Amino acid sequence: MEPTAVTFVRWIPLLPLAGAIVNGIGGAAIQRRFGKGTIGVLAVTPVAAAFVLSLVAFLRLLALVPEERALLDVVSRWIAIGSLHVDLAFWVDPLSCTLLLVVTGIGGLIHVYSTAYMRDDDAYWRYFAYLNLFTFAMLVLVLADNLLLMFVGWEGVGFCSWALIGFWWREPVNTTAGNKAFIVNRVGDCGFVLGVFALFWALAASGQGTLVFREIQQHAASLEGRVLWGMPVVGLVTLLMFVGATGKSAQIPLHVWLPDAMQGPTPVSALIHAATMVTAGVYMIARLHFLYAMAPATLAVIAGIGAATAFVAATIGLVQHDIKRVLAYSTVSQLGYMFVAMGVGAWSAGVFHLVTHAFFKACLFLGSGSVIRALHHEQDMRKMGGLRTALPATFWTFLIATLALTGAPLSAGFFSKDEILWQAWSSPHGGPPLWMVGVAGAGLTACYMFRQVFLVFFGASRVDPHVAAHVHESPAAMTLPLVLLAAGSLLVGFLGVPALLGGGNRFAAWLAPVFASGHAPAPHAVHDPGLEWTLMVTSVAVAAGGALVAFLIYQRRVLSADTFAAALGGGPYRVLLHKYYLDEIYWAVFGRGVLMLARLGAWFDARVIDGIVNGSATITRGVARLEGRFDDRVVDAIVNRLANGTFALGTRVRRLQTGNINTYLYVVVGAVTLVLIAKLF
Amino acid sequence: MPGVPLQHVLVVALVLFGLGLYTVLTRRNAIGILMGIELLLNAANVNYVAFARYSGSTDGQIFAIFVIMLAAAEAAVGLAIVLGIYRNVESIDVTATHSLRH
Repeated sequence: MEPTAVTFVRWIPLLPLAGAIVNGIGGAAIQRRFGKGTIGVLAVTPVAAAFVLSLVAFLRLLALVPEERALLDVVSRWIAIGSLHVDLAFWVDPLSCTLLLVVTGIGGLIHVYSTAYMRDDDAYWRYFAYLNLFTFAMLVLVLADNLLLMFVGWEGVGFCSWALIGFWWREPVNTTAGNKAFIVNRVGDCGFVLGVFALFWALAASGQGTLVFREIQQHAASLEGRVLWGMPVVGLVTLLMFVGATGKSAQIPLHVWLPDAMQGPTPVSALIHAATMVTAGVYMIARLHFLYAMAPATLAVIAGIGAATAFVAATIGLVQHDIKRVLAYSTVSQLGYMFVAMGVGAWSAGVFHLVTHAFFKACLFLGSGSVIRALHHEQDMRKMGGLRTALPATFWTFLIATLALTGAPLSAGFFSKDEILWQAWSSPHGGPPLWMVGVAGAGLTACYMFRQVFLVFFGASRVDPHVAAHVHESPAAMTLPLVLLAAGSLLVGFLGVPALLGGGNRFAAWLAPVFASGHAPAPHAVHDPGLEWTLMVTSVAVAAGGALVAFLIYQRRVLSADTFAAALGGGPYRVLLHKYYLDEIYWAVFGRGVLMLARLGAWFDARVIDGIVNGSATITRGVARLEGRFDDRVVDAIVNRLANGTFALGTRVRRLQTGNINTYLYVVVGAVTLVLIAKLF
Repeated sequence: MPGVPLQHVLVVALVLFGLGLYTVLTRRNAIGILMGIELLLNAANVNYVAFARYSGSTDGQIFAIFVIMLAAAEAAVGLAIVLGIYRNVESIDVTATHSLRH
């Protein structure tokens, strides 16, 4: 398959980069001279333009026959060392085009939302510079045609995430959260880089050294049977790169940074920590699906970790009080579903859930931002309630997104999650246990999401009376993105209606050229419409049950949350409230370990290194003292003796010089006489 | 060789040299010492001329002329020094000029 060469794709990432440079360098001056409106226009325009270009790319792809849908934009050669050639090249195929539309489209809406949300912040320009830079990095990640360029974007989004989590850096807790995200991600990135190295090494060993995705795909077969460090090389590479994915996409055990990342501004949570960056791990696996298809052991690990994350994060979400943290754990949980899809080889189902999730989770985060703004930065759900009348637009969009997330029939989440659950049961890599964990997670999802809806929007108001007087709906720049995203949450699902419900699953067909080629997993062994119906109805029923429990506890108050909290002596509740004590364990093992290592290093430094330095200094001083003594006693003595001797001699000889001319004359005459006498005799 | 024999002339020169030496050694007056030196030089001149006369060579006479010239120069320099000393110590007694001793 030959890709179509184009030159406009490079502008999709470059425009946001230009916006970032303009706002990053001149932003402070522009804001002072022309006001925040200009900054907003400068930031939104490049992303909007990038969205238009993405649409152009999409239409170009549609115009091609499905098997040849690929655009390649080679900007320049980047690295050429020996057999390694890396281009600065952008690759648009149905997969990257899907992500492209998500990043620029939803990203653009979040930019618009931010112009109003961040209105009161003095560092307006800095915020948008980072937001544009993030968009650039994410687009590089998505569009990269090779692993190295993808890694540039991968690190770029990590940096922007760090900068934006700690955006309000005057509060130490924010910068700490940013650092935590960055450091936890380093652990994953370490795996990612090692995976890239191992992959290149293995390919180079068979004479095919390359990092370009489509070339790796061509030569993937040559990796079969190759062994590195006692493991099949494909298994090792995929596992190492999955470690990178667990970091970036917040999967167990590296999920701990994402809830803390909620310290950043809420639109940042929506853009980076819900819709785009955290899905980078899923995208990376989808991009390299041909390698993962060759490594069933890795797939099993991915499915296991994904399912565990989906369930565990959902349980933690049940007991959180912070409106954003519930959503954060929900995001972790939903990413788990995507990894389940990846782990059972259902690539397009995972990507489909990525897209629908981007819509409803961005909508939920932006909605929570609207609530937080209306309540003057109150995030505790215990101090909310009854907001449905004061914030109607926020309420309805939030409700629609919640329905989509919980998988209410015919919403976006219903189609995508149901597809994943069906694949988890029926795929040769999956099985009923995986399905059961997924369905249990779906029930919990419905429970914590409706708990949130009831706590925030229904019941009596628990809002501080001073604040309650000023609660009003957000401006249009915030509600418009909410409405659009809510509409997306309802409608996007219809792109992927499964065959069972009379749909053609156009989404899967659109991605098919990417995933069909090469080593796709074997066709599903199970094809049983009856079973599929049963599973679908069961999962919807479980979700409805979860919602009902939330309704009974938080709306009807028939059941009391305290009863559950006190169950089994309150132990399970405490474990959930402390997030399974993972932060504490990590602190005890790694934090303390590192500190102990540092203390050991400090001790070694103080005692050994300093000892050596001080010892050598003492020795030098001793030698110097001896040398000084030698100087004083021997060298100076000789010099002084000489001088004293000369002086004494001079004193004695001086007596001869009487100053009396007569004396001299007598001496002269006497001397001449003596000479004469000596001559004569 | 007619006229005064060489021995006589030498004796006169010897007497002259002795008087000069005595003057130089005994005088404390600087000008006196200078005069004694003149006597010593002229004693030498007499000897030069006498030996020139008796040896038939003119070398001695030439030397004598040089010595007279030298004596004139020496007297000029010597008297200038004496004047300088007098200006400084209000005396021309050579025993008084010992400030360079230390």
